[in-house]
Amino acid sequence: MTTTTKPATPVTATRGRRPGAGALALRQGRLEITQFLRSRESVVFTMGFPIIMILIFASIFDGTIGGGVKFTQYFITGMIATGLMTVSFQNLGIWIPIERDRGVLKRYRGTPMPKWVWFAGKVIMVVAIGIAETVLLLAVAVALFDLDLPGTAAKWFTFGWVAVLGVTACTLCGIAISSLARTARSGSAVVTPVALVLQFISGVFFVFTDLPTWMQQVAAVFPLKWMCQGLRSVFLPESFGAQEPGGSFELGRVAVVLVLWCVIGVVLCLTTFRWTTKRDG
Amino acid sequence: MDDELAISVRGLRKAYGDNVAVAGVDLDVHRGEVFALLGPNGAGKTTTVEILEGYRRRDAGEVTVLGVDPAQPDADWRTRVGIVLQGTGEFDELTVAEVIRHFSGFYPDADDPDKVIDRVGLTDKAKARTHTLSGGQKRRLDVALGIIGRPELLFLDEPTTGFDPEARREFWELIRDLAAAGTTIVLTTHYLDEAEALADRVGVIAGGRLVEVAAPNRLGNRQEALATVSWRTPEGTLESAQSATPTAFVADLAARYGGEVPGLTVTRPTLEDVYLTMIGHAR
Repeated sequence: MTTTTKPATPVTATRGRRPGAGALALRQGRLEITQFLRSRESVVFTMGFPIIMILIFASIFDGTIGGGVKFTQYFITGMIATGLMTVSFQNLGIWIPIERDRGVLKRYRGTPMPKWVWFAGKVIMVVAIGIAETVLLLAVAVALFDLDLPGTAAKWFTFGWVAVLGVTACTLCGIAISSLARTARSGSAVVTPVALVLQFISGVFFVFTDLPTWMQQVAAVFPLKWMCQGLRSVFLPESFGAQEPGGSFELGRVAVVLVLWCVIGVVLCLTTFRWTTKRDG
Repeated sequence: MDDELAISVRGLRKAYGDNVAVAGVDLDVHRGEVFALLGPNGAGKTTTVEILEGYRRRDAGEVTVLGVDPAQPDADWRTRVGIVLQGTGEFDELTVAEVIRHFSGFYPDADDPDKVIDRVGLTDKAKARTHTLSGGQKRRLDVALGIIGRPELLFLDEPTTGFDPEARREFWELIRDLAAAGTTIVLTTHYLDEAEALADRVGVIAGGRLVEVAAPNRLGNRQEALATVSWRTPEGTLESAQSATPTAFVADLAARYGGEVPGLTVTRPTLEDVYLTMIGHAR
């Protein structure tokens, strides 16, 4: 065996330190949040819409839905779910095509930034804005319409996991659907009708069980209906579970459907995501 | 592999459907060189450069860029390559300084953001939102993002489009500085004066093929071409003659006129003349 003693290779240049992976993701998240907050349309559309809706609906329907439970108690669940879907699904489905079209994504791809950091930045933005928006919505409803907040830790826990699973599913689907838009402008045209139809059939604007059965069945395929149902178990008394289509709030099924949509979303993202526009090769 | 080569390309081909964009390009770029790829729109410049940048897949051929196949770019390679794309990716809501600072975080040995802002001449605009910048200023931001990581190799795809003449001169100085510091530079342009001013060698690309590679003053045997001497006769008509020995010819003329020759010019084919002939042949 021969041993060759090599002179110690001098470290090529004193390489400075790049922020670690976690720090990179946080920086990316901060940048995304800054961009979001500075874009007036995003703030008004995403943050303002659910609040405007609750102001209108709670003012029109100020009665009760039986058992002394205020209509606000029912309606807030749809608004929270819609808000979470807007900040994740619609927000990403509209903005990613714009960024792709402008070449922002292409520019990121030309840097040593790990790909996942970009996705992490989007997720951090969605989570932060989603929390802020939900808190604002609850504050408005409590202050103006006497909303009763969940009274037990178990209910808050349900609120937490339904929101997290729902946002995750909607975020992944938003990233996936962004690849359907061919140009910057078409993102909104692809996403908005989907979101609007889901809102109408999932019990956001109407009491879900008042809808035609076939409509309820279509809605049951998509996540929004299950997010609303999960949230109803948080904001309505236990006894109201009997009025749900399944005879209870079916929290197990809520979890299963939302997790399934997360899986579908991941698969779609991995198979369809594009960093550049079609004309860009 | 030849360590002296920053880029080595053999038999590169790329087609989009039936449209052959690059039809067999061979190319070497040496380390520390400024290489200009010159050609009309649709000649295959951007496709070639984007393959070298790791953005596009090639159909055939061997390509190494800084010793790595750009079809498999890794993070380390990305830190060594700076890219200024033709289309600019804009961050409308952010300021110049915010964007540059953010991108500096992607590189282990990034340059000082303030220094880079100064270098590209955007100090006055550092706090301006990028959507308020003029076309030329946006381009400078692109350049800043291309050099923030102190690349060994810098690609510039039509970097001075939209610049006013003064901004172009300043930009040329910046490129000369980078080149003097040892950065290898590959730029595409359709400005001939830019290629002539900056490049050590120019590759003329037309119809997806590299029709010639030479120093700008050697392109198309410009040096050896006949010179055109023209002058005015006392009657005011313009005369001209082709000559291989223009100095002797002018001395003769001077003797004939007994001193100053009215309206005297001596010209050789400009880079533009040579270039137009070349791409004309390729068509």
